[in-house]
Order: sequence, then C-alpha cells, then structure tokens
Amino acid sequence: MRKTYGDAYAEDLRFVARRVVGEENFIDMTPNRSNNYCCGGGGGALQAGYTEGRRHFGKLKTDQILATGAAYCIAPCHNCHSQIHDLSEHFKGGWHTVHLWTLICLSLGCLGENERAYLGPDLAEVGL
Amino acid sequence: MSTQPIKLGKQRKSLFKDKVMQLLPDGGNLNACLTCGACASGCPATGLAGMDPRKFLRMASMGLDEEILKTEWVWNCTLCWRCLYVCPMKIDIPQLVYHARKSWPRDERPKGIRASCDMALKHETCSAMGASEEDFRFVVEDVLEEARANQPGWENLEAPINKSGAMYFLNQNSREPVTEPDEMVPLWKILHTVGADWTYATKGWGAENYCMFLADDENWERIVRIKAKAVDDLGCKYWVNTE
Repeated sequence: MRKTYGDAYAEDLRFVARRVVGEENFIDMTPNRSNNYCCGGGGGALQAGYTEGRRHFGKLKTDQILATGAAYCIAPCHNCHSQIHDLSEHFKGGWHTVHLWTLICLSLGCLGENERAYLGPDLAEVGL
Repeated sequence: MSTQPIKLGKQRKSLFKDKVMQLLPDGGNLNACLTCGACASGCPATGLAGMDPRKFLRMASMGLDEEILKTEWVWNCTLCWRCLYVCPMKIDIPQLVYHARKSWPRDERPKGIRASCDMALKHETCSAMGASEEDFRFVVEDVLEEARANQPGWENLEAPINKSGAMYFLNQNSREPVTEPDEMVPLWKILHTVGADWTYATKGWGAENYCMFLADDENWERIVRIKAKAVDDLGCKYWVNTE
C-alpha cells in the first residue's frame, strides 16, 4: 500500500475483510495503513539467510498482532503469509495465518476439504 | 545498538552517496536530513547489525563508505519505505540501501536470493523454484480435474492456460503449484464466481522476482520483460499479480 496504490486500496481490502468475517470479528492493528510496520518477509529477507535478524525484525509485527487478541491474521501477500506464519510458530503467538482467498471461499460456503491447511480447529469443519 | 562512538579520520569525501545522488530525482534529498530520527524510531530493522536508517544515512554523509558498503544490514532492511514515508524531508533512504546492495559483488550477495534469481532465469516461466512450462501445466490440469471430480457443484470450474484475448492475465507464486497446489483452487473458485475472463500462461507465470531483491538490475529487467511479453502475446488487457 505504502509503496504502490496508497491507502485507498487498503480501504478496499478492509471492505473485503469486514464482509467475509463480519464487522464484529474484524480487528484492525495499530498502527495501520501506510503507518503500519513491515512484517519482515519482503525484500528478499525470507531467502537472505539471516534468520535470526528476520525474526527480530518481525517482533514488532508479532507484538502488533498479539495486541489485537485476534485468533487469525489475514495476510494477502505471499511473503507476508510465510513470515507471519513463521513468527506465530517461533514466538508461540498462537494465532493462525490465513490467505484472503481462504476466508472468501469459506464465507461463500465453497471452501473444499483440501483447502483448509491454515484454518484452526474452530473453523476447520465449518461449511463442509 | 552499538554504543561505541564512530571515529572519523581525516575529512573524507562521500563518493558512494554522491554517486547515488546523481541517479535519483532531486538527489533523493539525501543531503536534507534534519537528524530527527523519525526513520530509525519506526524501523523494525533498527538495532540489527548495529545499524538503523538514520545512522546509515549519517555514515554515508560522513563518507564512511567502507563501513556502509560492507554492513549486512542492507539485507536485513526489507526496503519497506516506512522511513521514507515518515521522513519530513522525504529522504530516499531505501534507494541508498538498494544501491549499497548493488555495490556488493554478485557472488557475495546472499546465496538464497541469488539462487532464486538464477533459477528464475532457467525457464521462460520465471519461476524462482525452477518449475517448467510442462510442470505448471501438468499441476494446474491435475488439480483442476480433481476439484471438478470431487467437489459437487464445481464440475464446470475452469483454470484456462494460454487463453488468447482473455481480459486478465493471472500469474502465480511458485509456492502453490510446487508445494501446495490445492491452495490454487479457492482462487479459481472466486474468479469463476464473479465471472472473470482470465487466463494463466505457460510463459511468464511466476509471480516472484528475486533478481529485484538481489539488486541485479539487468536480470530484474529481463524477467519483467519476459513476463510483459507473455501478457502482450496473449493480448490480455490486465496483468494481475498475486504475489
């Protein structure tokens, strides 16, 4: 958002996220939009080999996610998904990291049995 | 963070920063720093390798080229632009970092990024995981067939490949076809549900571009051109990047 289309596109994604999870289940992190912090998965970091540094970088994102108390973190970008998934495991954050497509199909009632790798036990059977 | 003072020798001219300034519009404002530290206070990479964005820029200004051109911090930084976004003087620190990456001999840059770049250059698919045109077609067709057969109501699901004149050219991060192909199906279902006229392509389908992260400009451009040509060759109007 910060590097390309700006906050208007962040609003579009929020619209989608709110519709698929329900307004009462949507929790924004702080800071957000263009003031948000990078998760630390981009710029080649996932492949650069400085694993300890990458996780230290991601501690800020970890704390942001934990402060929301949310059970799921939506990561629409692939690098972010890999990094945030790793952060949850490494720092024992306990949240699940999901692609947006997973939640869209879950809300449409068409998420197949083999398409639920990133859902927690609370949602794993929903709509099957 | 290091508490050791940085000892300056004789007055040194900053060759590296001057060189980068010649490449950027308005010199990237690299001489406009107010030393306020807004960049460093909001940078998740602050403290790694004893460095932060403010320190990196100040060291460049003081001509400590040797130190900033060898710090591994340039690979800890993800070029996320938050420092630039919050900077009151709009100083382009990310470009300074990028050019520092570029100054590393190619074979000394991080092996993982380099290998992913090199792999993407092996096939016209641009896949950093080395998946070929045949591999991609096989996986997509195989997963599609299974979804159609096993998921009631999705007998007509489509995943077109090389469909000439489609409105949207969709690329795909290599991780899905190579390591978790079932994750492609939800995406196809969404496109199907909204009635999108889309296509994959056997050439240029890889969404990732590690040559960009490697600061290998020549091969970064080469990969973008292969992908753009694939979109043009199919006559697609929009190029949708899932990365």
